[in-house]
Amino acid sequence: MAGYLLQRLFQSALILLGVSLVTFFLLYALPADPVRQIAGRSATAQTVENIRQQLGLDQPFVVQYWRYLTGLVQGDLGRSYLQKSQVSELIAARLPASLLLMVGAIVFELVLGLTMGVIAALRRGSATDQTLMIVSFIGVSAPQFVVGLLLLYVFAVQLGWFPIGGYGTFSHLVLPAATMGILGSGWYSRMMRSSMIEVLRQDYIRTARAKGLARYRVILRHALPNAILPIIAMIGIDVGIFMGGIVVVESVFGWPGIGQLAWQAIQRIDIPIIMGVTLVSACAIVLGNLLADLVTPFIDPRIRLR
Amino acid sequence: MTKAGAPEISAETLPPSALSRLAHRKMALVGISLILIAFLGAVFAPWLTPYSPNDQMFDGLTLEGAPIGPSATFVLGTDLLGRDLLTRILYGARTSLLIGVVANGIALVIGTVVGVTAGYFRGWVGGVLMRFTDLMMAFPALLLAITLAAIFQPSLWIVVMVIATVNWVQAARVLYTETTSLAEREFIAAERTLGAGNLRILFRHILPHLVPTIIVWGTLGISTTVLLEATLSYLGIGVQPPTPSWGNIIFENQTYFQAAPWLVFFPGAAILMLALAFNLVGDALRDVLDPTQRGSE
Repeated sequence: MAGYLLQRLFQSALILLGVSLVTFFLLYALPADPVRQIAGRSATAQTVENIRQQLGLDQPFVVQYWRYLTGLVQGDLGRSYLQKSQVSELIAARLPASLLLMVGAIVFELVLGLTMGVIAALRRGSATDQTLMIVSFIGVSAPQFVVGLLLLYVFAVQLGWFPIGGYGTFSHLVLPAATMGILGSGWYSRMMRSSMIEVLRQDYIRTARAKGLARYRVILRHALPNAILPIIAMIGIDVGIFMGGIVVVESVFGWPGIGQLAWQAIQRIDIPIIMGVTLVSACAIVLGNLLADLVTPFIDPRIRLR
Repeated sequence: MTKAGAPEISAETLPPSALSRLAHRKMALVGISLILIAFLGAVFAPWLTPYSPNDQMFDGLTLEGAPIGPSATFVLGTDLLGRDLLTRILYGARTSLLIGVVANGIALVIGTVVGVTAGYFRGWVGGVLMRFTDLMMAFPALLLAITLAAIFQPSLWIVVMVIATVNWVQAARVLYTETTSLAEREFIAAERTLGAGNLRILFRHILPHLVPTIIVWGTLGISTTVLLEATLSYLGIGVQPPTPSWGNIIFENQTYFQAAPWLVFFPGAAILMLALAFNLVGDALRDVLDPTQRGSE
């Protein structure tokens, strides 16, 4: 187990190194000049050159990347070009909001998705089942910005139940979390349905029924726990999808998280921030996948980690 | 002898039976109809509407200069500039379908080449390709796409390239797994003993077996692509106005959406319908084409 863990951690570190190299190279090679952004339109060629030298952007790629990497291993993500503060501080200030949104979204999608999946599995083949599966399909096919705008329109503008945007209280969280969660709930309900159907087919369920247990007891005590466990591991993988949606959802709702930070930085070519957010997101994705793999043998002891 | 070890469902016999099984699925038929509607709407747009997509009509705005809601003259209303929304949505279908098919096609080709090469040749080539695929999996795809699209001068072809760059990874992973298990089967070994070269084995024996998987991922991938294009265009870094795209219609009009919700609702519904359609068809295809799934409905 310890050996496996070490090996996986080493692999994860390598992947993150790769992500940093690829992102750094893309931002280095792309046809956008951050120095022009910083200096402004009216700057002279001399000023532009000076800024370029100050930031070390006149150095060859290898030197620039090495400098970034040595900073990175000391926890230094560099300084924002335009905001004159440390990227690590900017991200640290925004991270709690994004994590809160993530927790909200996960709770929403698990509650909604698992409930729908269980009901569909128990009523397999019925009209309820078909309706729920169509709803799930709509959930996974809906563009998040449209869902966000529509929820805003109905529940904030028309009904006035929730604020139109912003951050701070529980009611601020509901609409963004629901927007993020609707996509995931579609996936979870489909997975939960097939997992539950699979479990209900097992011999031990028939045994439980045969020995005279009530149907609801069989479902709650025997089927449900076994069907839910494989789904739990999926939460780790879900992180990747979440990290994608965060930019759009945070900008629709004005949610002050790292997604909005990234979007503002992208528009102004503030490369250190783009690098920082990409790396933090990649870290989250890699960690999520790692956790999903580590949790699996606890859930199903037949699976051994190698 | 060549076919001796092959499973009964060779790719040649699949299409008719698979198609007829597909036709028995209600959801698949719904999906196919939706795709047909979008396709016909895109092709016959000039005949279906009396307006042109960029006409800023004199009577397209109220006296106060606000967009007009759905009415007899403008079935889905008009946008902020007094253009007919239905017309822009019909022409926007061209953008969505074009990008959906082309970008996803390129992604699928990249995914197939990477996955099959890595799975068949293994060794250091396969190792390098799959490590790179793992690396791409760790990227937050949408963030990467947004960064790329924002930094280039936005245009339709940049959007296509960005989507292809981001979207090949899933297909590569799936095809890699299938190819490795195929390459170990007896009929491939037999073929090699008979003196067949790598190219012959790849094109005559491996690829035909992968056709079902490629079709399924190709269909599901169009859905992802349509959503990604809409998202990029919504952020203003995808297809650029005045070329209509469902995403950029919402982008152009969102400041006004509290007063004119139809400007978000109708293009949004169009995006949802098209993405849903390809998901439904892809899902049904997976059930129909995958022999292990058969009967488990």
